Amino acid sequence: MTGFAARDKGLGGHSRNADAPDPRRTRRRGGKRLARAMSDPTGVAAARISLPAPAIAAAILVVLIGLGVAIGGKVIAHQVVSGLLLGAIYMTVAVAFTLTIGVLNFLNFTIPTLFMLTGMAAWGLLSGGYLTLAGRGAWLAALAIGVAVAVIASLVVERFTFRYLKMKHGDATEHAIPLVSSLGFLIIFENLVLITLGSDSQRFAVPFAADLHVAGIVVGVPQLVSCVLAVAVVAALSFVLKRTKVGRALRTIAENPDTASLLGVDVGRVVPVVFILTGLLAGVAGALFTVNYGDVSPFMGDNVGTKAIAAMVLGGVGSIWGAIAGGLVVGLAETLSIQFFGGDSVAMTVWGLVLVIIVLRPKGLFGGAPIGKGKM
Amino acid sequence: MSGYLSGVLAIFCINLIFAYGIFVTAAAGQINLGGAGFQAIGAYAAGWLGSTMGTPIWFSIVAAALIAALVGFLISFPVLRTRGVYMVLATFAFGEVVAGFLLHTDVFGGAMGMVVPLHVELWVLVVSSIAVTLVAFYLMATRLGLSMRAVNDDEDAAIVMGVNVRAVQVAAFTIGGAFTGLSGALYALNFGFVEAQYFNALLSIYILLYVLIGGTQTAWGPLAGTVFFTMLPELFRVGGSARYLIFGILIVLMMALRPEGIITRGLVRGLSFRGGARGG
Repeated sequence: MTGFAARDKGLGGHSRNADAPDPRRTRRRGGKRLARAMSDPTGVAAARISLPAPAIAAAILVVLIGLGVAIGGKVIAHQVVSGLLLGAIYMTVAVAFTLTIGVLNFLNFTIPTLFMLTGMAAWGLLSGGYLTLAGRGAWLAALAIGVAVAVIASLVVERFTFRYLKMKHGDATEHAIPLVSSLGFLIIFENLVLITLGSDSQRFAVPFAADLHVAGIVVGVPQLVSCVLAVAVVAALSFVLKRTKVGRALRTIAENPDTASLLGVDVGRVVPVVFILTGLLAGVAGALFTVNYGDVSPFMGDNVGTKAIAAMVLGGVGSIWGAIAGGLVVGLAETLSIQFFGGDSVAMTVWGLVLVIIVLRPKGLFGGAPIGKGKM
Repeated sequence: MSGYLSGVLAIFCINLIFAYGIFVTAAAGQINLGGAGFQAIGAYAAGWLGSTMGTPIWFSIVAAALIAALVGFLISFPVLRTRGVYMVLATFAFGEVVAGFLLHTDVFGGAMGMVVPLHVELWVLVVSSIAVTLVAFYLMATRLGLSMRAVNDDEDAAIVMGVNVRAVQVAAFTIGGAFTGLSGALYALNFGFVEAQYFNALLSIYILLYVLIGGTQTAWGPLAGTVFFTMLPELFRVGGSARYLIFGILIVLMMALRPEGIITRGLVRGLSFRGGARGG
């Protein structure tokens, strides 16, 4: 296992660059942008870098929706809307994935279980009758506690996958060790839930189920609210990354942890922030999913998690806007290909596309700016 | 031998061969998280050849391994353009594509699975797994094995020393594909039934963990990892979730305390009688 570490440091320079598909060709001088990130408290530069991606993504989405509605009429319009609403969930989870890879170069496999922990913890609290004091708002309290559980679990993961290894072996940014450790946590969390709460799918009743009729398209209020909330959470994260001190520290670590450390960023204290944000994003997505679909199970994270990974790769690994666009595209692709080709076709289409993208265009379809320097 | 025990032994043999398939690529520094895809190719190839083409059993097994090796050879070129996290993602995507394709293809039974009319006895599995283990040990002792270790430890130093890194990596993927395909063929022919859902991402994850926990430095690693994780739970007689919970905790502890895996070169060197000078 140490071999992976040794190999990647071979050429000198930034070891983190070595994860790129071909570092010899695409090595970039991170210094300039690093300096800019540090000397640019308003974050104007970062805003400028990531501007084209949302524009491209929005344009593609508008064209897709327009085409769909023009050709297919109301049925398709409905599928497009529900695809986008589903995509909002994928998007939130994909942002969680992309954040950990972008800043820490770590593919965190516990994210699907953090998503699941929120829903199952909320259900466990409700069905156990622990929240009778909260009265009619019990479901909301349960979900809030569920999100807190996900954040705490995420910090536990940080403690054992990242901080501990860093102390002991120096360079924990190497992908293999934290990756395997996070797979271990995936297994631990899933089976803890299986033991304590059982393996059945459970109904999570939400007191409102009103539907909204907009131009003949039926939209569930919970779905709409959750879509807005998901967008708000991601926008808030984007703001934090661009405009706040901790966001600047995170972007500096993403560029190069050693240099960040030299420039006075307390890496050991900033890294847990990534895990708090990861837990928050995955937890919020889990809560929204629970409200939307009204049921929870210990396996609810598996499908969403893999789709979110696909979304992240499609949009461009390490790019927030890429994850957003990718999430919406995967959501759309899912509902539309179920409509046209049947349920089983989704996985093959999406993953086939992912394989092609990774090999041919690791920057992702939308080429959004990564959080740190180009790891591509 | 009781039915239960022979079932455990059959799964052990299949997983051991599978683990060596993943090990060969890991020993050359590549993480393959799409192992189930290669195994599915082997299983469906053997099953389809046997049932539709009516080929003899030995031919089905050999052909399945060769087909999986060919797929490994072909897929290695695009996959080797990627590294690190990207390679994990690319191989993961490959596994998902294969599973999705098999699930969607009616010739192979689709979601219903495929019944395989041929059958191999348990002893074939045992003999095969012993043979694969010996081949893996031999491989690691050859010049190719040495090159693989060099590529794993320091790719650039390997280049400087005249190792053809790309060729070594392609060879590792090809040999790994052959082993993994062989395990799939034996699975199909021993259990008599294959379904795409069996070859899921979780299977790839578990086998990769067997290998990484066992250790990728020597050929003892996969053996140790597979024995450890298939036999230990049987000894403790804990079932279902508790068993996987222990598995997960062990993984986290291993990564924290001994990230090189159970068996390392240093350990083998220490235990061997030859002393430290030449040790593996």
